[in-house]
Amino acid sequence: MKRREFLKTGAMAVVGSAVAASGLVTTASGAEEAVPKFSTLKPAEAQTLLQVSRQIFPHRKLTDAPYWAVVSQLDIAAQADPSVATMLADGVAQLNSSQGSKFVDLNDQHKVEALKAIETTPFFQKVRGVELQTLYSDPAVFKAMGYQGASYAMGGYLHHGFNDLKWLPDPPQSASPKPA
Amino acid sequence: MVKHALNDDSVIVVIGSGAGGGTLANELCQKGFKVVLLEAGQHQSSTTFHNEEWFAFDQLAWLDKRTTSGNWRVAKDFPNLPAWICKTVGGTTTHWAGASLRLQEHEFQARTHYSGIDGANLLDWPLTLAELEPYYAKAETKMGVTRTNDIPGLPGNNNFKVMYNGATRVGYKTVHTGRMAINSRPRDGRSSCWQLGFCFQGCKSGAKWSTLYTEIPKAEATGKLDLRPESMVMQIQHDANGKATGVLYADKDGQHQLQRARIVCVAGNSIETPRLLLNSSSTTFPNGLANSSGQVGKNYMRHTTGSVFGVFKKPVHFYRGTVMAGIVQDEAVLDTSRGFTGGFELETISLGLPFTAAFLNPGAWGADYTDVLEQYPNMAAMWIVGEDMPQEKNAVTLHPTEKDKFGLPIPNVHYDDHANDLAMRSYAFKKGAAIYDAVGATRTIEVPPYPSTHNLGTCRQSEKAGDGVCNKWGQTHDVKNLFISDGSQFTTSAAENPTLTIVSLAIRQADYIGEQCGKQNL
Repeated sequence: MKRREFLKTGAMAVVGSAVAASGLVTTASGAEEAVPKFSTLKPAEAQTLLQVSRQIFPHRKLTDAPYWAVVSQLDIAAQADPSVATMLADGVAQLNSSQGSKFVDLNDQHKVEALKAIETTPFFQKVRGVELQTLYSDPAVFKAMGYQGASYAMGGYLHHGFNDLKWLPDPPQSASPKPA
Repeated sequence: MVKHALNDDSVIVVIGSGAGGGTLANELCQKGFKVVLLEAGQHQSSTTFHNEEWFAFDQLAWLDKRTTSGNWRVAKDFPNLPAWICKTVGGTTTHWAGASLRLQEHEFQARTHYSGIDGANLLDWPLTLAELEPYYAKAETKMGVTRTNDIPGLPGNNNFKVMYNGATRVGYKTVHTGRMAINSRPRDGRSSCWQLGFCFQGCKSGAKWSTLYTEIPKAEATGKLDLRPESMVMQIQHDANGKATGVLYADKDGQHQLQRARIVCVAGNSIETPRLLLNSSSTTFPNGLANSSGQVGKNYMRHTTGSVFGVFKKPVHFYRGTVMAGIVQDEAVLDTSRGFTGGFELETISLGLPFTAAFLNPGAWGADYTDVLEQYPNMAAMWIVGEDMPQEKNAVTLHPTEKDKFGLPIPNVHYDDHANDLAMRSYAFKKGAAIYDAVGATRTIEVPPYPSTHNLGTCRQSEKAGDGVCNKWGQTHDVKNLFISDGSQFTTSAAENPTLTIVSLAIRQADYIGEQCGKQNL
């Protein structure tokens, strides 16, 4: 069993979405961005999935780049398994028909309502599961969220702030001895 | 490296290389026994470990499919991952956090002290604290447990500072950086702790005790150990007299091999150990090997767990440094006035961003959830480890239809929370929140249990053969040369992290095997 299956999504393993995210065109202002090329997803499907992923785990401080990396992983999964491609295409079609206009044209509140209505579907679970593992493993997201991640290369946090908290008193040495 | 012949029936076969099996194998080799150590997983090392949560999970965790049932929330959140334990040389000692606590005297006599609890299949251990104490001392020395043997405690990290200040402000007294099998000073050829923050992902500094780089190489140095990774045991075989004769396993190429044995010791953790006994049924043992009591797989325990996260105005960076950086022990007492029996420990815990997002509220999405995640640098967290009640219906059973790649039924893990477990968890959530509130938490979050890391009780020790699977040495009541060598032996779960007790029982079991072999009883 791959790890995704226990998260009820069933896809191939993903390690390091930074690779998938590279080469994307993004602008600092968040203005028009180029849609990356995908092997299986159609451009309109990819745009919809981008907006879906921005609603599932919304972080205003993030550009579209890490969310495009999520769509890239969905594209890889769709290429590897035709049933996933069908599930994603059908899911997008359902979202586009549910509220009388295309999902990407809905305001935030209506986008959330549209997703709430399908949150138990395999389509939603698939996107959420892939996004959970891709978005929150992205070094750019680590940085934006204030997580420093791997520490081995710098010799651990021993000399890099493991006990630097100053807004509370230090415990006595009987409870917390000084480092060796 | 030594190779023992498949038809050598003088070897002792140990199944599983974690806290129980890895320790037992070394202790037996030190006594001069020839040991074949069969491990289902691959051989990693501190060099191949990664400071990355999903990568390490894929590398180390036991991901073979399992199913779940029962009213525990794990069955809903992680239906095919009841346990977060490891399939790798060193077993779950690669993943454990290092907390090394002795069980308390009253916890060995749970039936005596906790009598009259409906639905609990309580039993006293056939063993007392006094009998185990010399072995606890040996285990603490072996593992280099801090605050024993004049080994200083570890320095507390930021997560501990928050716990310490909050806990002492609400009146708790026994609050410190714990008894940890993590070097606070260089010891036993291993470095001191670098505060990497990735205890769960395999310790790259080697400061945390793991059989992978302590017991197993020491056993290999004797010239007596034949370690065979990627070897999945399918069946324990026996002769007409009901004596174990060897084990059938699939090697790394999927080829079936039959290793003859003088003695077989099973340490596959509390899901695979009973599964193997149940899958070893025969005409002589139609209900599974060593299962005349019907207790194999029953009384599955996983501790009453849960986490409390606190969010603060200022940064904590709880992911820096040891994961279990400190403990509050005041609630690990026998005091039924709290509305439940048994006790619990509160221990700091930390998760990286990937696993915080996965575990803080499994299944959640949307702005309410991401608003909390954006507070990540300002979080502190603690884990509840409490005694859960053994219940006969909580059981590891063989799936009626689903089979693994070897054609063997996969295990189903059923667990219903006992009313006592629910009362304890509810109380512990409130106490944990009070600790964080006392130091200005803007918000506290009750986090549901993760997949189980403390899996216990499915081949329990009992005085009488009808009440359990093995005696106080881990020797099965039914098959004299078959031993249970892992946490499956636990008669009850107690409030403490189980590894130190598993290691102590393994050292003691090795002494018993040595003595019995000397008397020609085995």
